[in-house]
Amino acid sequence: MNDGSDNIIVDTATRIFRDLCEPATINDAEKGVWPKALWDALEESGLPLAWVPDDLGGSGVTMLDGFAVLRVAGRFAAPVPLAETLMAGWLLARAGITVPNGPMTVAPVHADGHIELRADGRLAGRARRVPFARNAGYIAVLVHRGNDAAVALVAAAGLPISQGASLAGEPSDDVSFDGVKPEAVRPVLLDENLLVSFGAAVRLQQMAGALEKILEQSVQHALDRSQFGRPIAKFQAVQHNLATLAGEVAAASAAADAAAEACFRPEIGISEVAIAKVRGGEAAGTGAAIAHQVHGAMGFTYEHSLHHATRRLWAWREEFGNETMWAQRLGRMVAAHGADQLWSFITQGP
Amino acid sequence: MNFSFRFDPIELPPEAKELRQEVRTFLRQEAEAGTFSPGDGKGSFSREFSRRVGAKGWIGMTWPKKYGGHERSQLERYVVTEEMLAARAPTRAHSTADRQSGPVILGYGQEEIRQKILPQIAAGELCFCIGLSEPNSGSDVFAASTRATKTDGGWLVNGRKIWTSGAHHADYMIALLRTSPSTKENRRHGLTQFLVEMKTPGITTRPIINLTGGHDFNEVVFDDAFLPDSHLIGEVDMAWKQATDELAHERSGPDRWIETFPALVELVRRAGEEPSERLAEGIGREVAHLATLRRMSLSVAGMLQAGKTPSVEAAVVKDLGTNFEQALPDKVRLLAPPTGDSEPDTNDDRFEEALRYATLIAPKLTIQGGTREVLRGIIARGLGLR
Repeated sequence: MNDGSDNIIVDTATRIFRDLCEPATINDAEKGVWPKALWDALEESGLPLAWVPDDLGGSGVTMLDGFAVLRVAGRFAAPVPLAETLMAGWLLARAGITVPNGPMTVAPVHADGHIELRADGRLAGRARRVPFARNAGYIAVLVHRGNDAAVALVAAAGLPISQGASLAGEPSDDVSFDGVKPEAVRPVLLDENLLVSFGAAVRLQQMAGALEKILEQSVQHALDRSQFGRPIAKFQAVQHNLATLAGEVAAASAAADAAAEACFRPEIGISEVAIAKVRGGEAAGTGAAIAHQVHGAMGFTYEHSLHHATRRLWAWREEFGNETMWAQRLGRMVAAHGADQLWSFITQGP
Repeated sequence: MNFSFRFDPIELPPEAKELRQEVRTFLRQEAEAGTFSPGDGKGSFSREFSRRVGAKGWIGMTWPKKYGGHERSQLERYVVTEEMLAARAPTRAHSTADRQSGPVILGYGQEEIRQKILPQIAAGELCFCIGLSEPNSGSDVFAASTRATKTDGGWLVNGRKIWTSGAHHADYMIALLRTSPSTKENRRHGLTQFLVEMKTPGITTRPIINLTGGHDFNEVVFDDAFLPDSHLIGEVDMAWKQATDELAHERSGPDRWIETFPALVELVRRAGEEPSERLAEGIGREVAHLATLRRMSLSVAGMLQAGKTPSVEAAVVKDLGTNFEQALPDKVRLLAPPTGDSEPDTNDDRFEEALRYATLIAPKLTIQGGTREVLRGIIARGLGLR
């Protein structure tokens, strides 16, 4: 997945990130500098609105290509709301709302989130830890009126936003929607569970990309760094750690593929997403720990770029449901099917 | 350099999905007829069962029809294999030949032998074992010293193979034998594969009882055992070249992650319809591992079908898979709701039995067919570290 995939969209994304997403850009973004050149190039390529059909203002790329772009973004630790804008576009398009340009994000991002659409057409409620809320021009909000769900397009300017940061130092903000009048509201067949499942599938692609990156960095470091008179790659203990890391990367990658496939269906496959987020989350933890062990003290510095990927892995595994949340759900689904149906539960996928 | 391994997504074709239902129906009928008890944890040996599987066309599925095969895809074969293993069907009389020995003969055997042996394997008539390990050659396979010496019309074999699973049932062995010394340039040189008929005079099979009290592996002693020239498989001294794709077949299949599965099934039974949070979480985690492993393993089958030789990917699946199946019994043990002195019911007995078996066999899972250490070495080489 380095130079020249057979996919022109992935190649475009790779070129943009390689040119405009340097380690310094990522560090600056953590200090609050908006990476304008990077975002503008992405927007010009049409990638942020990849999941919005032409007639709603997007570029109408397949789901599969959109997920592939997210994996590249994860590899490069892109400090922009590309994933969030893609998700917002997808959510708005599902409700048939014409999608604006510029960075966007979605709310709520937790399965127990609840934002009310009042009878007067205004919203009530707040959403916690919304990624990149402060950078967004618009927020796509899943709202409820009684039992009916709808998507509301909300202009972010002037919203009360309380700023926070994720483990990766990326914006993670609390947003209040009380009394806000949306630009547009349309009904949608969706609930918070499905939105969070979709978010998990999105994060899994980014995690798979970040894990591929830390494997590459760790192998290269082991080959370059000499101790006791030879490259540390020659020590069996180091080799076995890296082999374990490679296995975790492979598992996370397969899990991310499975979750993406589950999103192509008319009804998102929640059990597949659950399986994937549990396995991918575990791989993120195990993988990041090995990468740091191999890098030694150097990898623990701010100067080294390893933390761009590992801190994101620690943040992303927690977002849109962590391993515990998804494992409990999955376990309940399995129990409801019963012991004699466990095997067919596992083979129901491909 | 490409640092990560590919596990391309696989969609099973409709015929494989139909086949799965067919296999499930067959297994249900076999269980009802008393051939085996589904989920008893063990999987065992039954020549009658293997013949009926052969009659169904489910052995040698991917081989050419002229050798008794059925020219079906690797993915269809995969479905049959995983259904048999999940049900703990008694496949041992044919599984080694179907997975490994048959493909070796098909790939490198002499035509006469192919025509004679392969149709019998496909019919479920022949049981095979694999003669690799020796007393002084375990993980270091290419250090084998059991000798095959050229003689008139064939070869004379002397030495010992050990840890040979199923040798006491087997009609044939595929043996790795020393025909020349290794060379300085290539320490893997000098070994040759042979087909060995187990009833050949000069071959003695002795049982080695394992820690479960069961008899699976054996010591096989060769004392001037004569093998005809036709039993030579592939090139003399060049077995190492033949080994690579054999391992891709051996190492990625469902048998590398499903061995302790019955313990999980019984845990789910004991958990009931509304498990505690802790139990639900524990079950969920194991199912997530299992389902992801299955996806990866299926992906390797897809690569085999596409004519690739994914030996590093296969090592990744076996390493992850055997670690998972080995750790599972202990997870199950600690998750299980306590029973104390309450009156046990039949489900408790099933649970205890499955857990006991899984716990006892766990140590071998990361040893047989390539130890964890050997596999990680292969993966490290694939990463460019060696």
